[in-house]
Amino acid sequence: MSAGALNIALVGNPNCGKTALFNQMTGARQKVANYAGVTVERKSGSFTSPSGRQVRVVDLPGAYSLQSVSPDERVTQAVLQGRYPGEAVPDLIVCVADATNLRLHLRFVLEVRRLGRPMVLALNMMDAAARRGIRVDVAALSQRLGMPVIETIAVRRGGADALQAAIDDAQSLAAPTAPAVADLHVEVRALLADTVVMPAPTDRRDDAIDRIALHPVLGVLLLALTMFLVFQAVYAIGKPMTDAIADGFGTLGGVVGEWLPEGPLRGLVTDGLVAGLGTVLGFLPQILVLFFFILLLEESGYLPRAAFVLDRVMVSVGLSGRSFIPLLSSFACAIPGIMGARSITDPRDRLATILVAPLMTCSARLPVYALLIGAFIPHRAVLGFFNLQGLALFCLYVAGIAAAMLVAWVAKRIGRARQERALLMELPSYRLPHWRDIALGLWERGAIFLKRLTGVMLALTVLMWAICTFPAPPAGATEAAIDYSIAGHIGHSLQYLFAPLGFNWQISLSLIPAFAARETAVATLATVYAVGGDEGAALQTALAAHISLASALSLMVWFAFAPQCMSTLAIIRRETQSWRMVALSFGYMFVLAYAASFLAYRIAGWLA
Amino acid sequence: MRLTELPKGIAAIVDHVADLHAADAVAARLRDLGFVTGEPVRVVATAPFGGDPIVVQIGSTRFALRRAEAQRVSLQAGSEMAA
Repeated sequence: MSAGALNIALVGNPNCGKTALFNQMTGARQKVANYAGVTVERKSGSFTSPSGRQVRVVDLPGAYSLQSVSPDERVTQAVLQGRYPGEAVPDLIVCVADATNLRLHLRFVLEVRRLGRPMVLALNMMDAAARRGIRVDVAALSQRLGMPVIETIAVRRGGADALQAAIDDAQSLAAPTAPAVADLHVEVRALLADTVVMPAPTDRRDDAIDRIALHPVLGVLLLALTMFLVFQAVYAIGKPMTDAIADGFGTLGGVVGEWLPEGPLRGLVTDGLVAGLGTVLGFLPQILVLFFFILLLEESGYLPRAAFVLDRVMVSVGLSGRSFIPLLSSFACAIPGIMGARSITDPRDRLATILVAPLMTCSARLPVYALLIGAFIPHRAVLGFFNLQGLALFCLYVAGIAAAMLVAWVAKRIGRARQERALLMELPSYRLPHWRDIALGLWERGAIFLKRLTGVMLALTVLMWAICTFPAPPAGATEAAIDYSIAGHIGHSLQYLFAPLGFNWQISLSLIPAFAARETAVATLATVYAVGGDEGAALQTALAAHISLASALSLMVWFAFAPQCMSTLAIIRRETQSWRMVALSFGYMFVLAYAASFLAYRIAGWLA
Repeated sequence: MRLTELPKGIAAIVDHVADLHAADAVAARLRDLGFVTGEPVRVVATAPFGGDPIVVQIGSTRFALRRAEAQRVSLQAGSEMAA
């Protein structure tokens, strides 16, 4: 046996808690969620075993069987059989099974055992099993399966210690010793009868929640209420924090401005960095609130129920209930959404989902919306308890959803008749979200946001400040200084294209960096107006003074539909392997956004 | 009797899953998920807007199936009983 690192692979049915176990073992920062399709790529981490050996762990996508149906199952199959390019055959397979769902999960364990590779069974969620009075005779099960069986609780600290220790012993283990079986289902029943005591096939708590969540009327109401509350909360909880940060940066800009000598450096720091990036940073709390709720919903196990309730509607517009989960993550960011679409087995459904995912309002658009709503929509209560600003935000989200349905419907009409598309979706047990997994998810998002802020957005902001400031106006200039700068020239020429939508040259200019990262539109506007002389005034006040309500509405509509950022286009290319799809997404969104903004501007102008 | 005809809340026993055409991947997947001879099954819920898809309890797992999928599952005659 080699003294090098040991390669182990984690496999199991979807919803067996495999990714949580992976996190527990490796401490890796990785997304855990209670639905199929999160682990869309193989992920690896490592730990040192109690005996001091380096162990490399690969977390494979959840699979129901090794007869592949979906793209992510195919990855699992290829790695286990040593056919995956660049991935060695694992030295040891750790098969994870949910102790409360052994009827389903043991079949897969037996199927993996047929590979004849060294193998350990991790019996996960032993805490939930104990709560439901499920008892497993681990020694007997281990003897019958011919492999070590280790109890784990992935969500508890130290819950994987026994497994990590067993991996040391398992090195000396050969392939499973049990005889091959012909009918896996017959063998599973025999194993369950002999080694497992299960008082009831279902969890009473699940039954009670499902009576409401799956109810034809109450289920729909619950879903609508949940979605509405999430978006109201983004405003109610996030907004005060955002205001506090904006005030803080206003003060900071004033203090720093007094310290620095008059000149370009002072301009860069106060106009570019503090005004620009500070404004964007202020939206971090709202983004985190949104992510908090999405993570909460993902972890709870409610999302597949929502997918079930919506399936009929989704099918009628040319999508699938399964599309709901990737589309919901697209509210956070279209990139994980598009990647998550891999769990959709039907290729056409998957393509349609990828095509419309960018129409879901991602969190990068939130700063733009929040800025414009804050500047133009009065803060007022409607019907006693709804906030008019929250309502406006909700309408923008609804506009994106409606557009997505329309586009999918049109795509379905254009597309040829297809064969049957399957749903076949597991509804996992409800789980109390684990605070550590939520915190990890939020931390990850916050870190990504700050990295973007200090990376691409910082660079763009400095660049934008530079082209707003240079060249200086010629002697005897009559117009404002910024009109002579590079930014002024670019903005004025772009305005020819965007004037019909009611965009002034400052807005037209801000659309360029928005293509790299949408939040930068806010930073650019802040810089342009700060350089342009509205020193000290908050960006919202400056905007309200310079653009009309009709233009503001038109801009919001533009951002609701406009072509996605570069990273989204890149991920579409990677996932579909087709430049045609990239061109198609970009093209249809540009036309849609232009037409909708034009209409919004004209109608608002006509009503005013 | 087919699974699609089973009223909500009534338990029954699976007889077999029929292939609708050669190499029926949906039928194969249903068998993998536990729809095999002798397995107790129950319809837990039907969706709004026309009752398609349905939620089916098999073993200790719940699955959402469209009626076109559930139609492949035949039940043992006379095995129905109120759960």
